[in-house]
Amino acid sequence: MPPTLMAERAAAPAAGTPILSVRGLKTYFRADDGVVRAVDGVSFDVRAGRTLGIVGESGCGKSITARSILGIVDRPGKIEAGEVWLTPGGGTGAPIDLAKLASDSAEMRAIRGKEIALVFQEPMSSFSHYYTVGNQIMEAIRLHSDATKQQAHARAVELLRLVGVPKPERRVDEYPFQLSGGLRQRVMIAMALACDPHVLIADEPTTALDVTTQAQILDLMRELQAKRALALILITHDMGVIAEMADDVVVMYLGRVVERGPVDAIFHDPKHPYTQALLRSIPSIMATPRTKLATISGSIPHPLNRPTGCPFHPRCPDFKPGVCDKAEPATTVIDDRREVACFLYGGGA
Amino acid sequence: MNVLEVVNLRKYFPIRKGLLRRIAGQVRAVDGVSFHIKKGETLALVGESGCGKTTVSRCILRALPPSEGEIRFAVDGKVVDLAKLPKRALRPYRRHIQMVFQDPFSSLNPRMVIADIIGEPLLINGMRSGEERRKRVKELLDMVQLPAAYMNRFPHAFSGGQRQRVGIARALALHPSLIVADEPVSALDVSVQAQILNLLLDLQDRLGLTYLFVAHDLSVVKHVSDRVAVMYVGRMVEIAGTADIFARPRHPYTEALLSAVPKPDPRLKSERIILERDVADPANPPPGCHFHPRCRYAVERCKVDTPALQEVEPNRWVSCHRAHELMLRGVQ
Amino acid sequence: MIARLFGRTSRADSASAEERFAVASQLQLTWWRFRRHKLALASGVIVILFYLVAAFADFLAVNDPQDTDSRRSFAPPQVISLFDDDGSFRPYVTVIRARRDPRTFRMVFDQSSKVYLTMFTPGYNYTLFGLFETNIHLLGLKDPQPGDGLYLLGTDRLGRDLWSRMMVATRVSLTIGLAGVIISLFLGILLGGISAIYGGVVDMAIQRTIEIIRSMPTIPLWMGLAAALPSDWSVMQIYFAITVIIALLAWTDLARVVRGKFLSLREEDFVTAAELAGAGQLRIIFRHMLPSFLSHIIAATSLALPAMIISETSLSFLGLGLRPPAISWGILLQDAQNIEALALAPWLLMAAVPVIVIILAFNFLGDGLRDAADPYG
Repeated sequence: MPPTLMAERAAAPAAGTPILSVRGLKTYFRADDGVVRAVDGVSFDVRAGRTLGIVGESGCGKSITARSILGIVDRPGKIEAGEVWLTPGGGTGAPIDLAKLASDSAEMRAIRGKEIALVFQEPMSSFSHYYTVGNQIMEAIRLHSDATKQQAHARAVELLRLVGVPKPERRVDEYPFQLSGGLRQRVMIAMALACDPHVLIADEPTTALDVTTQAQILDLMRELQAKRALALILITHDMGVIAEMADDVVVMYLGRVVERGPVDAIFHDPKHPYTQALLRSIPSIMATPRTKLATISGSIPHPLNRPTGCPFHPRCPDFKPGVCDKAEPATTVIDDRREVACFLYGGGA
Repeated sequence: MNVLEVVNLRKYFPIRKGLLRRIAGQVRAVDGVSFHIKKGETLALVGESGCGKTTVSRCILRALPPSEGEIRFAVDGKVVDLAKLPKRALRPYRRHIQMVFQDPFSSLNPRMVIADIIGEPLLINGMRSGEERRKRVKELLDMVQLPAAYMNRFPHAFSGGQRQRVGIARALALHPSLIVADEPVSALDVSVQAQILNLLLDLQDRLGLTYLFVAHDLSVVKHVSDRVAVMYVGRMVEIAGTADIFARPRHPYTEALLSAVPKPDPRLKSERIILERDVADPANPPPGCHFHPRCRYAVERCKVDTPALQEVEPNRWVSCHRAHELMLRGVQ
Repeated sequence: MIARLFGRTSRADSASAEERFAVASQLQLTWWRFRRHKLALASGVIVILFYLVAAFADFLAVNDPQDTDSRRSFAPPQVISLFDDDGSFRPYVTVIRARRDPRTFRMVFDQSSKVYLTMFTPGYNYTLFGLFETNIHLLGLKDPQPGDGLYLLGTDRLGRDLWSRMMVATRVSLTIGLAGVIISLFLGILLGGISAIYGGVVDMAIQRTIEIIRSMPTIPLWMGLAAALPSDWSVMQIYFAITVIIALLAWTDLARVVRGKFLSLREEDFVTAAELAGAGQLRIIFRHMLPSFLSHIIAATSLALPAMIISETSLSFLGLGLRPPAISWGILLQDAQNIEALALAPWLLMAAVPVIVIILAFNFLGDGLRDAADPYG
């Protein structure tokens, strides 16, 4: 057990060290009469001390991507193809392909929580109502270490202090329903950090929160990341949160990565028509009052009614008949941080 | 001309405890709120969860009976106080205030076709002829840019955005003089939000509608509203024109709220004002200004004196003791 | 959704499938979803078959169910042989002759001559649906000699034909359930609805009553109520009294379902919208809320029916419900109560089979209906 949590991580990996590499990940849900390609060929890298933002609207597969990495996809979902390479110990261990591990195997369980931890959108439903927050954090600690009860308790208090819970000695004995939404989310993060993971996946961590509370939590995550060289995967539908938090961005639409790149490039030089349209259509606090927004026509298709070819083509302003509706565009690599899947930039086979 | 004037509105919910359900306290959900809405404008009512904005809108619609105060509503050349009317006397005025709901799934009856959903208010208010109703429904569908052929479809066949259009058509059916839109786009996908916001703006321009737009998302509010009213723990903290309030807020809470909104541009990593602690509990609010425990400009007086909402410059109301001396930061 | 409901569709007709889906009412959607639930569908067929048996009980019976004959007490079931000795399809049974063993005084049954079966033959007189007087039965013996009889499932102590008795018992047991459910539906919807609409003291009173009724131990209560029935009542009177007793205890579940659904529907935005449009209370209830209930009520009913059937069966089995000469599943099982009868005539337990089958079928059907009616809940 590290001597103290408040200090920086003893052997923190250098920022930028690749920790997690996802390659060609495909997770499908096979129902009686149709296949939902929830995640359909997703690739990205996550680095120590950096934030990867995954952004997209409902049904784009961003949450399933996170769940696939941890091997906790609900049935009938199944990883069909692809690799998820984790370098454990913050980039010091031998890489493991998580996609090959059975979801209930001992190896996978050792990785969940210890190497990769997850923070959910709705903190209330991810806590048990019958145990104090301290008990729940202690359980997470003792699952992955041989700490005694006293040690685990002391560490739980320390973790609560770390995430900015006021009076942690008292809060540790409270039940989740006694906490406000913002505090619950802090406790959730404390629990995720209990075993000192190197990768933190935050799935819509602030969507259920008010904007001033959201600011607190985002601030906390940034601070923790800097202290502990956390590799952070931030999943959200909110372009504003992405702009504030992410270093690299993956834009998803109907299970496919349409574009990937550094945050500045995504916002100031978007390549894919979907990214361009999305950026134009989001309401901005910087806008002139009472101005119309550019819109994307139509709505997101039902996943079982997926369009042929490029899934975005029915809504795309740059739609080329006979091309976009015939084949799915391949990914065009622009440089090692940037790629786009669109026929405008090659995208042929 | 004012369509609506809300004066000193209060709504308290009793807290009952024990076997005999004795009243042990009160949640002051709305604690003396006043504002007005002019004909043809959009007033946005903003604030965080629990601030009482939804309770205010429910009181105006009389889905909840107000505890105290006046809701003066101008209709047919006279002014009625909706707060005082008993339920039965309220009926003839109901049609003049309509609502657009947040949840596009719960707001449409799954067992009725679109024509019946939109036609229902017409039928209730005396349009007996089916032919006439169909004609009007067609007109309304056209207004919200849905094909008339969808009339015989059931709601389950529609996407969230389309359902919201149907909800708007239903609200328009009776030519209301005020439309209360309660978070009308917050349940929609980003790419669909813009369509609905534009539609609301369009309809306002074409039909001269008046909106009370209840929302928590300030970016959305900036796009649709003429004036903004900010609430905090049951009280109004600031009311001003949209451009003014965003550029130069006069209340510290408004300033913090604006600074907390993530801006969709990575080059603008602004210094956010991080508010300490949680929102006050409306069942047990702090004395004086409700915001003082979190306010970085608070002085001794704020802890004891409740600031009144005062007009600090024309059309700008602020409830802060230091409104005149503070120079607060907004967004461009 | 569309693809799920219609199975795989080709591109050409996917557009028309979409249109069909778009204009489909909730009832149609429910049916489409129900259709995909194979176990429930099969159970539905079984339930229908059982009610057909109930409707045509006398037609399916072979012998008069009340006809006793000590000479054929505890006769074992007969086996139908489908093919004659020469291999042609001529179903027959070997009829039996009973005689008393002079040393043990027990009845012994000797295999006797072959008798061929025939269909639509005259037998005892009955009235179909209480309208048509007839004596035609589905099965019978061809040219029977005096003393020949067809006992497919054997006979009981009094020599009554178990098969025929089971047919008639099915009618009694299934209709008592139906009548009971209709009464408890009425009470449940009425009281549940009143409870939800008026709230306050009324709600409180109804809810406490429900709790009291539910907390009573059922068997002593039944015993008390059944003991209160005058012993000189006719079979029909007892039958109706039992129905009412069961219904009086069974409405509580339905009332709770109705009240809960009512309260949750009242919070729905579409109900608020109707209120804002100026709709009156009655219109809101009947036009906007009731249709949403219907599928739930159907599902609740199909789950309440088996409880009714079990109640009747257990009451009668304990001797508290219907009494002979009435015939119901419970009464048939009463005969299988003592070990001696079971040792001599294990076929008497056959009466438990339809009870088990119909209860399971109703439960699967109810689950299927509930899932189909409320895919989100």
